[in-house]
Order: sequence, then structure tokens, then C-alpha cells
Amino acid sequence: MPGAAIATTIDDTAPFAGVEPLLTLHRVTKAFGPVRAVDDVSLVLRPGEKHALLGENGAGKSTLVKMIYGVLQPDSGAIRLDGRPMRIDSPSMARLQGIGMVFQHFSTFEALSVAENLAVVLPDRSLRAIRRDVRRIGEEYGLGIEPDRRLADLSAGERQRVEIIRCLLQDPRLLIMDEPTSVLTPQEASALFIVLDRLAAGGCAILYISHRLDDVRALCSTATVMRRGKVVATCNPREETAASLAEMMIGATVQRPRKQATYVGEPRLEVADLRLSSGGGVPLNGLSFAARRGEILGIAGVAGEGQSELFAALSGERLAARHTAIRIDGRPVGTLSPTRRRRAGMAFAPERRVGHSAIGDMRLSENFRLTHHATGVRRGGAQAVRDSFDVRAEGRDPFAAALSGGNLQKFVIGREIARDPAVLIVEQPTWGVDAGAAATIHAALMELAASGAAIVVISQDLDEIFAICDRVAVLHRGTLSDPRETGTVTAEGLGLLMGGVDMAALVEAR
Amino acid sequence: MLERRVAPSPLMAVLSPVIAVALTILAGFALFAALGKDPVKAMEIYFLSPFADAYNRSELLVKAIPLALIGSGLAICFRAGVFNIGAPGQYTLGAIFAGGVALHAPEGAPMIWLLPLCLGAGFVGGMLWGWIPAILRVSTGANVILVSLMLTYVAQLLLDWLVRGAWADPLAFGFPKTATFPDGALMPILLPGTRLHWGVVVAVVAALLLAWMLARTRRGFGIRAMGLAPKAASFAGFSEAGTITYVMLVSGGLAGLAGAVEVTSTLQQLQPDIAAGYGFAAIIVAFLGRLNPLGALVAALALAVTYIGGENAQILLKLPKNAAFVFQGMLLFFLLACDTLIHYRLRLRRATGAT
Repeated sequence: MPGAAIATTIDDTAPFAGVEPLLTLHRVTKAFGPVRAVDDVSLVLRPGEKHALLGENGAGKSTLVKMIYGVLQPDSGAIRLDGRPMRIDSPSMARLQGIGMVFQHFSTFEALSVAENLAVVLPDRSLRAIRRDVRRIGEEYGLGIEPDRRLADLSAGERQRVEIIRCLLQDPRLLIMDEPTSVLTPQEASALFIVLDRLAAGGCAILYISHRLDDVRALCSTATVMRRGKVVATCNPREETAASLAEMMIGATVQRPRKQATYVGEPRLEVADLRLSSGGGVPLNGLSFAARRGEILGIAGVAGEGQSELFAALSGERLAARHTAIRIDGRPVGTLSPTRRRRAGMAFAPERRVGHSAIGDMRLSENFRLTHHATGVRRGGAQAVRDSFDVRAEGRDPFAAALSGGNLQKFVIGREIARDPAVLIVEQPTWGVDAGAAATIHAALMELAASGAAIVVISQDLDEIFAICDRVAVLHRGTLSDPRETGTVTAEGLGLLMGGVDMAALVEAR
Repeated sequence: MLERRVAPSPLMAVLSPVIAVALTILAGFALFAALGKDPVKAMEIYFLSPFADAYNRSELLVKAIPLALIGSGLAICFRAGVFNIGAPGQYTLGAIFAGGVALHAPEGAPMIWLLPLCLGAGFVGGMLWGWIPAILRVSTGANVILVSLMLTYVAQLLLDWLVRGAWADPLAFGFPKTATFPDGALMPILLPGTRLHWGVVVAVVAALLLAWMLARTRRGFGIRAMGLAPKAASFAGFSEAGTITYVMLVSGGLAGLAGAVEVTSTLQQLQPDIAAGYGFAAIIVAFLGRLNPLGALVAALALAVTYIGGENAQILLKLPKNAAFVFQGMLLFFLLACDTLIHYRLRLRRATGAT
């Protein structure tokens, strides 16, 4: 009943009321077992409309767009395209109808190049034509990417650019974007909005899924807010505040945590002239920094500037040439394995959850063991993490793959904090995670720092860095800027550093 | 239409081999009917005659011994995502090492140590042959599948050369074979009146040890982690090089042990054909046994049925012996197809209410 009511209100109030709808969802429902992931949802999209789909992780946004994109079929309800009933059987059929989608988690072939990956979905174009188009679109929209690079060598941010290019190559009528700005600098995000504005002006409808309320307010004129599978509100996000939107999403007022100044003591992690040969990625050119007791050090930077390499060098997945390049509480660990670094008091949480920090086909108890076997596995440890971090999942000991992104990330961070580390290294701790889970994770990190640990947060999310870090340094092409107090720098200043403007030049310009 | 399951189905993991066996029998039915043989009679000979009497049943176990030994070793190897398909070569090297010890034992030495020495040498021989692909993979990134497979042919030629040259029996009238091993190097018989020997105990103990290692030890955990997500395993501190070397040594060693057991029991000498094909059949055993060492024991029996059934059909129906291999091939084919159902569910009904 509420769905039907909203459908009519959209018809009356939408700013594109006069235009024939491009896509209409009428009372669509999809259930997985007893869970109604999408419950009686109606939605109208018109050509040229920039429509936001807001909601927490698990609200049903992904399930809803998967039905539009043909990955899933609705259990009941109707999808109309150009006013005609349409059953979208597969993503290829969706693409044929002009529906493009940029996924939050990219489904690509690791071993193939950028151009080859695109050729897989565009069988009727030659590889040469695709290479040329990639360069052209890259220039046109500022999405520069070398078409011959292997996907395996690209970072998450660069892969997302490939996905965006993939959609643009197909001249879409409807473009679905799932959390697209989470890995972009503010400048890049603004550039993306210009791209999207240009596309919309050309008549392409945009369905924009995000939990970044500022982005939604900057870009979209209509927002549909979902909670637990249902549409709870439809509004113009520009007439709402970020707080009121968040309240609609979560159903309660959210408190944004902010790092309190804590006692900062002696250095616990010292990195001195850390070098790493490229090995297929970005080489590290002699990084030096320290993270002190009680401190959270942020390492900002756009995707693919050496973050994964820095993480691997710190975690011991790649070894430094010199033993003294990395020290924990004064003890050199540069050539030790991950297990021995953990014994020395380190803990790590990489960017990619499934397949790196956790194994989807293993149960949570076994995933707990992954990083605890070094120092002894506590019985019931996994359950303790689930309790203290409010990890929601069905079953006594579920497979990691059955958890939503936010819940799995809470489990991973909780698992590392449960090791009571002296030094914690986290990469993108809240990427693609809902606001509630992000708040939990941020609070836990700040609490750990307050208890005397040193934390390094490698993140492309400037909001995150400003919210929780005491100091911030910028990684650009494998080189690290001098860390600064977060209170003394602006997002724009950091953005310039991330874009490669030399620190010295910046100081001189002042 | 296939739809991905949220979590792998434990029921289908058990059911899949059963469905595969049923499909194999059905396909066999069609095959024999097409060949103009009475399918009911043929299937009876293939699948029931191996159980018909005590002799057939003991032969079943004799066949299953090398299959179980190799298969349980391959199971942990495949669990780690390391595809050692060179078990026939490792088996051959084990046989050569065991034969070398048996043939060169000084006369009058205490015989009680000879058999354990032969088996130990066989294990070491297989381990060394398995180690070569591991070293090349770890140091140069060479493909384990290719290197281990190619070493199979090297091993076969080495055996050929030995039994025709240095180790040939001078009293064999030029036949390519060695002298019969001394009594002290022979497997004692377990059940008098049959050929069933103590190798069956060796195989069961080996599978139990492997199952325990895989389920309970840190090493076993690392093996499972690497098979599921190599990057996560190395993040967790399990070195890829270490795991590859370990599983190649263990699976190579067990294949070598199987070779040693086989030449000290049923063959009692070295010859060009020492049934190294067990090494390939054991790949099916490993998969049919759900890449679980204990499952491999059961699967080895199932494969042994196709061997014994095939031999009986050859005698009674005048069917070519290779028909047994057709059955083995079909079994692996159907098994891999059915395994899809562990991660995916079949949906015959398309989405409703979308019109």
C-alpha cells in the first residue's frame, strides 16, 4: 500500500512530470528465503533525470538495481521500459535495452587487459577500436586509463574507471551507478558529476546509489530512500539536510564521531626509507614516517598511487630489502613474514574483504583463525567479535560470503582489534560500507588508539581521514608527503597534493 | 537456468558423487545398447560381479590400494589449488627406488628390514620427483601441471632404460624385466588364499593421517586457505612457496609409496608396464572423494569396481579393456558437472508475475 501511494506521488510531483517515463517499477518484490530484500517497491525514472537511491547496506538497493539490470528476476511486480512491460532476463539484455551499470564490486577478468575486458562485453567491436575509444573517453571525461594494462595490476579506483568507461562505450539511456565516488578525490568526484550532468543533459537517466549524502545533494534532484526493503520516503535531497536524509535512511538520528585529541606518546611504528621495486605495481621510493602511541595517522591518496604496495610492505606480504626499514617499538621487522610481524604486535586489515582479509567459503570461526593462529586462537573468539561489533548474520557460524559488506568489514576490523595490537594498519576500512557500520568501525579505531596503539589508516576517503586521523600524509606515485596535523590542512589542499602538486611548490605559493 | 547459492550446499557436496555415479550407469546403459550388447547383463558384470565372491572382493581391495594411496595424497594437493597431475611419474620413481633397494640388497643381510627400506625408498623417490615441479614453480613460476605431466614421460623412459639395461635380468632371455625381488622385499599377505596384502593397512593409515593433518593442524589450515583464496592465505602468513612444496612432497611421496607397494606385492619385479595409469585414475579418485583423504578411500573402491568390472567384461563379453577407461572418463565428466550444483542451484521455473 505505501508503495502504491508513493508511485502516485512521484507521478504528481516529479520535476519531469510531463516527460514519458523511461523506466517504471510497479510494486516489485524479491525475497531470499524468509527475507524480503525488496518489498513492494515502485519507482519512476524519466529521461534526463538524476535519481538517487539512498539506504543503508542491506536496505535492498543492490537487489533492486540487480533486477533492473537483469541479474535477478522479481518474484512479483512489473518492470516497464518505455511504457511497455518488459522482462529483463540477463545483463546482456539490459545492455541491449540501453541500461548500463557501474558495480560497487567489479566483475572483471583479472588476467586480461583493460581493452580485452571491454571487448568481452562488446563483442562486435574490434580491439583496436576499443583502445581508441578508451583513450578518447578517458580524455573527454578525465578518466585516463591505459587500455593495455592488466586488470590484476589496477587498484579498486582504477577498476571503477574502467567500469565507467565500459558503460559510456555503450551509449546508455539509463546509467546505474553503485557507490561511484567512494574511491575518488574531491576534484575527481566533481569531474565525475560534470560527466554525469553532461550525460543527463543528453537525455540519459541516472540512478545513483550512494550513502554519501553530500554527493547526492550535489547531483540529484530526486531521491528514493529505502530501509529494510521498503521505500520509506521520496524527496528532493536539495531541500533536505544531510542529517535529515541520514535519519530517513537509518530511522534514528546519527552521531558522527570525531577524533578527540588523545595523549600522543613515543613512536610505535617507525618506517625509514622504505623502498619496494615495482613488481607489476607502483614502486615505493623511500618512504619515511612514524605512527606514535595514541595516534591515528592517515595516508591519503587517489587509487593506485602505491597504497596496496605500502600495505603489502607493512604487512609482510612483500618483504623490504632492509630489516631496519620497518620497526615496531624499536624492534626491526622489515624482513619478517606476516606471522612473525603479528607476533611482534602488528595487525592488518587490507582493502579487499573477500579473498584477502577474509575467505568467503570459510566459516567465521575459520576466518577468525586466519590472523589469530600466529599468537594462539582463543576459543569462541569469533563469537566474541560478532557480539561486540554487532555483526549481523544468520546461523551459528556462517560462511563469510553470506555476510553483507558492512557486517563482514565489522568482523574483520573486530578480529584485528581483538588481537590487541601495538600497531594496526588498515586500508580503506569503510569502503562500500553503510553509515552505521562505518560509525562502529571509526569508533572502534579511535578507542584502540586511545588505549595506546598506533594506527595507520590508508584511505582514499577524505571525510574519513578528517573524521578520525590526528595527522595526514599524502601518497602520490609511491612518494609520501610530510605528515601534517589534520586540523591545519583543508580538503582542497590535500586534493592538490593527491593530484600531484609538489609540496614545496605549495608552500612557496603561500 | 543456474542461480548462485548464497553459501555452498553441504547436501549437494555429498549428493553430487551419487548423482554422477547414477548418470554414469545410465550413460553406460545407452552405450552398451548402442554397441548391441545386452545392457542389463553388461551392467551386471561391470558393477555387480566385482562383489560376487570372496576372490573378486579381495581383488577389489588390491586394486583400491594404490588408488587410495595416490588419491588421498592428490586430494590435499588439489585442496591447496596445486594441480599435480604427474602422479604416474612419481609412482614410477617410487617403484624404481623400491626395486633398486630390493635388487641390490646384500645377500645374508637381515631380511626383516628390507621391506620397510623398500617402502621408505619408494616414498623418497616419489617425493623427489614431486619436488622438481615444486622447485621450478617456486623459483621460476613454471606451471605445475605441465612440468609434473612431462616428468611422467621422463620417469617412464627411465624405467624402460633400467629394465632393458643395467637392471635387466640376465636369465630373462632378453625380456625387459628385472629379477624377481627377494622374499624379504615382498609384502606379506593379509588374507591367506587371496592376493590381499598389508598395503591395505598402509593405505588406510595414510588416509587417516592426511585427514587429521588437513582438519586439525596449522599446516592443513594453510592448505585449505590457499586453495580457497591464495592472497588471503599469504596475508594470513601461510607462505605460498612453503605450501606448494609441502603438498608436492607429500602427494609425490604417497604416489611413490603406492608404486613401491605395487611392485613389492602384485608384480614382485620391475618391468616396463607397472600400471602407472593408476596415477591418472587417482585424479578421479581425489575428486570423487570430495578432495578429502577419507573420501578418497571410498572413491578408490568405486574406481576399483570399474577396473575389476572391466576385466570381467573383457573375459565374459569380449569387450575391449578400454571400456573401463570410458567409464572412468564418464564418471569424472559427470562428477565435475554435478559439482556445479554445490555452488549453484537449478531453477527450472522462470521468474513469475513479471508480465
